[in-house]
Amino acid sequence: MPETLMAALDELEHEYEKAKRDPKFQRRLEELLRTYAGRPTALTFARRLTEKLGGAKIYLKREDLLHTGAHKINNCLGQALLVERMGKRRVIAETGAGQHGVATATVCALLGFECVVYMGTEDMRRQELNVFRMRLLGAEVRGVESGSRTLKDAINEAMRDWVTNVRTTHYLLGSVLGAHPYPTMVRDFHRVIGREARGQILKAEGKLPAAVIACVGGGSNAIGIFYEFIKDGKVRLIGVEAGGRGEALGDHAARFRGGSPGVLQGTYSYVLQDSAGQIATTHSVSAGLDYPSIGPEHAALRDTGRAEYVPASDAEALEATTLLARTEGIIPALESAHAVAEVVKRASKMKKSDVVIVNISGRGDKDIGIMRESLSLE
Amino acid sequence: MPLSFYKRPGLVVYVTCGDPDLTTTRDVVLAVIEAGADVIELGVPFSDPVADGPVIQRASERALKHGTCLAQVLTLAAEVRQHAQSTGLVVFSYLNPILRMGMEKFCLVARHAGVDGVLVTDLPVEEADEYLSAMKTNDLAPVFLAAPTSPDARLKRIAQASLGFVYAVSRTGVTGARQQLASDAQKLVRRLRRVTKLPVAVGFGVSNAEQFEEVGKFADAAVVGSAIVETIERNRGREAAAVGEFVKKLSAVSHQLSGKAS
Repeated sequence: MPETLMAALDELEHEYEKAKRDPKFQRRLEELLRTYAGRPTALTFARRLTEKLGGAKIYLKREDLLHTGAHKINNCLGQALLVERMGKRRVIAETGAGQHGVATATVCALLGFECVVYMGTEDMRRQELNVFRMRLLGAEVRGVESGSRTLKDAINEAMRDWVTNVRTTHYLLGSVLGAHPYPTMVRDFHRVIGREARGQILKAEGKLPAAVIACVGGGSNAIGIFYEFIKDGKVRLIGVEAGGRGEALGDHAARFRGGSPGVLQGTYSYVLQDSAGQIATTHSVSAGLDYPSIGPEHAALRDTGRAEYVPASDAEALEATTLLARTEGIIPALESAHAVAEVVKRASKMKKSDVVIVNISGRGDKDIGIMRESLSLE
Repeated sequence: MPLSFYKRPGLVVYVTCGDPDLTTTRDVVLAVIEAGADVIELGVPFSDPVADGPVIQRASERALKHGTCLAQVLTLAAEVRQHAQSTGLVVFSYLNPILRMGMEKFCLVARHAGVDGVLVTDLPVEEADEYLSAMKTNDLAPVFLAAPTSPDARLKRIAQASLGFVYAVSRTGVTGARQQLASDAQKLVRRLRRVTKLPVAVGFGVSNAEQFEEVGKFADAAVVGSAIVETIERNRGREAAAVGEFVKKLSAVSHQLSGKAS
């Protein structure tokens, strides 16, 4: 991280540690999650999908039902309350799929902050509905033309804004990435997903799941649902990366398949890079998974063997989208569809008595345009 | 160790290596040395230069288009060293290309190339233990950035970890020219003086002779970067000559000021 930001990171860490121990902060956050975002979210038994695949019993954790349409709001509400505590009035954020941008614009409208969202112009094109939503919510969306014009480049530009306006501005980072305390703090704000899911499955089935499956871009929804299960050693934790359109560097965002240790944007983790340490471009049909690095805690879970990570291709994700839509009446975000694709591959190989939870991190409304281009349904 | 400033203000010149190609960079660097710079920062282009403004971003893209890499920058440093023994050479890089080469190997190759110091723009001092020990083994000077937002305790740590000089960032923000130098710069230099006897070089936004002269009134040296890179960008085909003329104007300021002082 640039030296200019170090004091702000220290301040944020300090403020977060204080807030964590402050019952008033926790009560206010809990109340907003309940009365504004719509928590707890349902755990839905996917009966027809289970029958169709003919194996493990599949449950869906329904983060798609949250206000703004994805899990991102959990973290945005948490950080927004910290912004209030720090007395800052200007918030910046990056966004890939636009879900984090929309959630940020939403909490800024709710609490009356000025909001600027950086977004790659390629992502603005493919997620134009979310661009309009952000503007409708009063945020300024700034297009980023550099690099592959996607999430990584949006983070670069947000960091440049932050380094310039750090005294008055909070960077509301949307994933478990960046410098400390972001990966820990963002994880903590999403732990509620796993906490609920664990209680709900115990109530529904009287036992823990055999596996929990989630898609992994930066990895915020995955770490959120995994975290409460880490101590349950028998629960397999499976992260699904974007396999994109092929295995060559530049054609996917599967950091654990093609990446190696490196530093990007303040995080030491697995990074897709060339032999000289230049960061590679990535590709995924889903803008939210289209990123060359992965949250450092996922790297640790993978290196210790506690979690496993597999890729799902663009085609598999699109196929899974249709399947979930037609068996359960749920259109998942293309990100979440990667997790669905993995359960499609895996469920039939599991025992019928096994239970699997798939995290539906967001809904697919924002992706209707891409789906229409990619799926011929006539 | 030639990381010294022979006149006041000392002049540190940054170039993005490989922009537009390495042969041109070598010619530019030799012209800059001829024109009187004390220290050259050899910038390693990086795909994600978060601390840089548009001018250096564009230069990095041009350099990366034909694959300029850290190993080539070190080879360039060795060539420059053969031509100039008394000019300081600092490798200016983001952390990832160095990690990819390997910290130990990088420091070893840098030393053999005749490099004097290294500045890693995104490596904060508390994460630098491995780097500092590899640098020490190879007699290389670690130069750290100090920012206007760094509290006193951090400034002290930065100064203690640095050798050669401390680089004071003139303002919050990315690299690039500004109409006016922020008052932040002078304050920061004053705060640094309390914690170190090392020379202090001020950079970010020093882009012409007037600003260079202004910095010279309170700092030991100034770093000129984006203005050099922009001169290269604007003078296709006569990069070395154009940069040489620009640097001579800056050097004239130092000679004038040094003359007054003596």
